[in-house]
Amino acid sequence: MMGHYIALSLLAVLGLGMIFIFYLTVKGRTIERRFVFLYIVFTVSLPLFVKMKPPIQVSPEVQQVVETITSLSPGAKVLISCDFDPPSAPELQPMLVAFTKYALKHDLKLIFMGLWPLGPSQANRGLRLALADTIIAAKNLTYGVDYVNLGFQSGNEFVIQAMGGSFKSMFPQDDRRIPYDSIPLLNGVVNYRQIDLVMNFSAGKPGTIEWIQNAVDRYQVKLSAGNTAVQAPQVYPYLRAGQVRGLMGGMSGAAEFELALNEKGKASSFILSQMFSHLAVMLFVIVGNVAWLMTRKKK
Amino acid sequence: MRREIPLIITTIAGLVFAISYFIPHMPFGEAETIFGDWVTIVQAFAIWLGVLNLLRVTGEKIHRKRPGWTYAAIVIVTMVGTIAIGIYEGFAGMNATPPSSYRDAGTTFDWIFQYLYDPLSSTMFAMLAFYISSAAYRAFRARNLEATMLLIAAFFMMGGRVPLLDQLISPFTDTLVFSKLSSWIMNFPVAGGQRAIAIGIALGIMSSSLRVILGIERSHIGGGE
Repeated sequence: MMGHYIALSLLAVLGLGMIFIFYLTVKGRTIERRFVFLYIVFTVSLPLFVKMKPPIQVSPEVQQVVETITSLSPGAKVLISCDFDPPSAPELQPMLVAFTKYALKHDLKLIFMGLWPLGPSQANRGLRLALADTIIAAKNLTYGVDYVNLGFQSGNEFVIQAMGGSFKSMFPQDDRRIPYDSIPLLNGVVNYRQIDLVMNFSAGKPGTIEWIQNAVDRYQVKLSAGNTAVQAPQVYPYLRAGQVRGLMGGMSGAAEFELALNEKGKASSFILSQMFSHLAVMLFVIVGNVAWLMTRKKK
Repeated sequence: MRREIPLIITTIAGLVFAISYFIPHMPFGEAETIFGDWVTIVQAFAIWLGVLNLLRVTGEKIHRKRPGWTYAAIVIVTMVGTIAIGIYEGFAGMNATPPSSYRDAGTTFDWIFQYLYDPLSSTMFAMLAFYISSAAYRAFRARNLEATMLLIAAFFMMGGRVPLLDQLISPFTDTLVFSKLSSWIMNFPVAGGQRAIAIGIALGIMSSSLRVILGIERSHIGGGE
């Protein structure tokens, strides 16, 4: 209950500020942009000072991802395509880290790649965080045996398509310039037939839709995805059609995923900032519209 | 011949890709692989073309001392520096035992990525939140029916996709009403609308692709219809 009281008192503070803005707006004095920016700074910073546990419930879309992952047996090979870069990392990186941690703890074999130039760097960063976990560190996992980073390949959807024939044709070497045939993890991996699941973390094109169109439909690949909140609505038709086995959308999807896997990470705390900023935007919409309606009636 | 040869290449490549989807066997499967390799190579060249173009544009700006030429100089220095470091560390990693990547932890390239590129690009993107808030306050008005519907849907989506509205009603009920509502909006109205848009786009792409493959649309080779 304490959390509710803190939340309510914070909302009261924000509300008072908003009432003042509303008062000025109704009086015909639209506040300057810099004050709106300041309000947002204050709103986004609030979770730094307050501990709150927002009521997160795992949605069916995220539950489907979790069920797909948990159905994999130890030793199963998962291809992870990191199709994003730093601007989208706050939403997608927590999903990647949570997944990598879970996968390495459960002895899944991970093959990272990227259709975006900075995707493999994001993969390395996720791996670094996962490998620092005490349980995973105790396993003494080896590069090339338990996980590998194939790096970036240009060609967008053509890379996905060509990998249906041969992974080696697109990645003759990995990111460390080790020949494909010399990597123990990739022994016997010719194409998608030897892959148990493709996980795609995507912030745009090429991304989940390209994976669906070129790998799922054509090569019957099992695909689960994590998308930015902006991109997720475009993937829902494919989710409903069963072409994607679960979808994590935006920060909330990441927080739900962390909760479901019991791998608490950054999304669980980032979601608070997003929650408060959404609240501020919603209040701004209400204030702007009510003031506009009132002034229009007066005229 | 300057126009005929590109047209022939376009037609053959277009037909091969279209046919090989349905008949992935000899000779279409092999031809598709070859054309796919070509695409990868051409796109790799396009990256360098972009780099050279950026060098040309920014170089000219510096040479003529146009407004903001100092920023152009920073662009060139950082770009050339990053490429040089990446190439140097790439070759050094190849010869190391065991081999390492220029992206690995501890490399200068990774340092640039982690401590310069990442925070700078994230900051640029994060600034959207400020502009969206300002726009929400100043411009997002329920001026007509469509705008009102958009506004209401946006309101519930924003409140439902994060546990905000559910947090507010949590002292009264344990049911996450707004999360469920936003999930319903995404699964039904949004999915339906997206599907309609996707089918429309696909039909449009098919018709314009056919025009290109058949040589009716020739604007990509300069001139014509």
